[in-house]
Amino acid sequence: MTKKILLEKIDVPGIKNYEVYRREGGYRSVEKALTMKPEEIVEEVKKSGLRGRGGAGFPTGLKWSFIAKPEGIPRHLVVNADESEPGTFKDRYLMEFIPHYLIEGMIVSSFALGSNVSYIYIRGEYAWITDILDQAIAEARQQGWLGKNILGSGFDCEIYTQRGAGAYICGEETALLESLEGKRGNPRIKPPFPAVKGVWQRPTVVNNVETIAAVVPIINEGGEAYAKIGIGKSTGTKLISACGNINKPGVYEIDMTISVEEFIYSDEYCGGIPQGKRLKACIPGGSSVPILPANLLLTTAKGEKRLMNYESLSDGGFATGSMMGSGGFIVLDEDQCVVKHTYTLARFYRHESCGQCSPCREGTGWMEKILKKIETGKGEMKDIDLLWDIQRKIEGNTICPLGDAAAWPVAAAIRHFRDEFEWHVNNPELCLQQNYGLAHYAEDIRVPVA
Amino acid sequence: MIVFSDQKLKEVKDIISHYPEGKQKSALLPVLHMAQEEFGGWLSVETMDYVAGLLQLEPIEVYEVASFYSMYNLKPVGKHLFEVCQTGPCMLNGSDDIIEYIKHKLNIQVGETTADGLFTLKTVECLGACGYAPMMQYGKTYREHLTKEKVDAIIEECKAKSN
Repeated sequence: MTKKILLEKIDVPGIKNYEVYRREGGYRSVEKALTMKPEEIVEEVKKSGLRGRGGAGFPTGLKWSFIAKPEGIPRHLVVNADESEPGTFKDRYLMEFIPHYLIEGMIVSSFALGSNVSYIYIRGEYAWITDILDQAIAEARQQGWLGKNILGSGFDCEIYTQRGAGAYICGEETALLESLEGKRGNPRIKPPFPAVKGVWQRPTVVNNVETIAAVVPIINEGGEAYAKIGIGKSTGTKLISACGNINKPGVYEIDMTISVEEFIYSDEYCGGIPQGKRLKACIPGGSSVPILPANLLLTTAKGEKRLMNYESLSDGGFATGSMMGSGGFIVLDEDQCVVKHTYTLARFYRHESCGQCSPCREGTGWMEKILKKIETGKGEMKDIDLLWDIQRKIEGNTICPLGDAAAWPVAAAIRHFRDEFEWHVNNPELCLQQNYGLAHYAEDIRVPVA
Repeated sequence: MIVFSDQKLKEVKDIISHYPEGKQKSALLPVLHMAQEEFGGWLSVETMDYVAGLLQLEPIEVYEVASFYSMYNLKPVGKHLFEVCQTGPCMLNGSDDIIEYIKHKLNIQVGETTADGLFTLKTVECLGACGYAPMMQYGKTYREHLTKEKVDAIIEECKAKSN
């Protein structure tokens, strides 16, 4: 059983409010951090091995150490709460039910980075969560954790929330900064990186909500203690938001040593698949990462049990593996149609493409059309090859990773489920009435209930 | 008349104070949210021009932003706006059926408003409620784990509010 860290107190009644949060040990890390030097905090975060929890998995301490410190120019911390990757709803859970955790982490991180004004950029649809955060910020300010000369340390800090207005692309850090400046969310060409020229051309660090929250236990317990949790380069705990065809959808905190099989079938987590149906496929890290058929999901190509961590989920590369991504875990049971599911994702990426780069702007719409054609029984065999060709021409040819994010789900669906695409082409009447049944699958896809 | 109340103007001033001197353009997204809420649930050219004047921007700077983000309505919408998610995880949990049911129940297509101006139905892409699917956004809140019965109840709730 995972020892919970971020969600340890989530069930304490009233934990949303300052008094209860403080009584349960909240804001201790600020007291400790303000007696340290900023460089020492960065060093602890480096030692912890913490990796960005938004999707890319970049080492946080290293990212922090890149921030430029030109004389006389303010620096900023911006928290990325633009949670929009299909399958991902973990940050929302943290912010909605234990908002002070994020505020506490932000004060410590702001001190480490030298940011006197920090922002939370939150997706526009999370309007009620913005109110919760504003309330928490007001409480923290009233108690002297924000404002001028915090705890007599000489450090000043303010935190403001800023709502987006419905654009997945603003989860990309440079698009987010453009949006914070009051512009369209068009990603910037890098370099310069935000650490050198970010919001208003000032040095900026953009971190995910969960990443910043994890700074709290790292400061409280020390980087080394945090690094001892987990396995290899997957240190600490990770929030996984599980959805799709499972008995217990929700947000789970795991230490990254458990197996995928345990995560899906154990009652502690997803609790198996409704009505005892068989597992067909899963997208383990948010809609952008490759879908895997059940056999490759549970066991790597080398025959090892696949674990819920960065290294194991990507074992085998894209040929036979996937990615940890944002932790958005989407399960498909035996009755689901991979073509149709991929079509909804293609439609999503077409809708969310900012339109700046031709391969993405044109390619996402083209893929959506072809997938719809195949899904509705009007497809031809050559469409499958065309689809493969288009996704290859998007990947790597755009300013930001949305292009890759749109290409990968289509590529993986064809790579692992080509027979299902062909069945749609060969059975135009049938595919409108029923999904590609599991009768077509070999027995080896059958998974024993753990 | 498209003019914010004194109270709202104070809020705008407060938002502008969050940013460095001269960077009041950063207030554009929050102020557009406010304007949409205040002036009939959508952004007319008149509303956008007013916001441009307020933040000392060129009107085009407002138009290009308003047309980029999906939460800003550039056409009038009904009094009650239903935005139903249709992306992968919601689809796996039956969002197609929910959308069909609302269409049938309100007798409109996606993107349309009922003749009495009460309801508009839209489909949207992932709202981050995948574990609580199917779902829709209604006003500032999410309505989750939707069933036909729940949809009926929400429609009744809206009608009661409008009476």
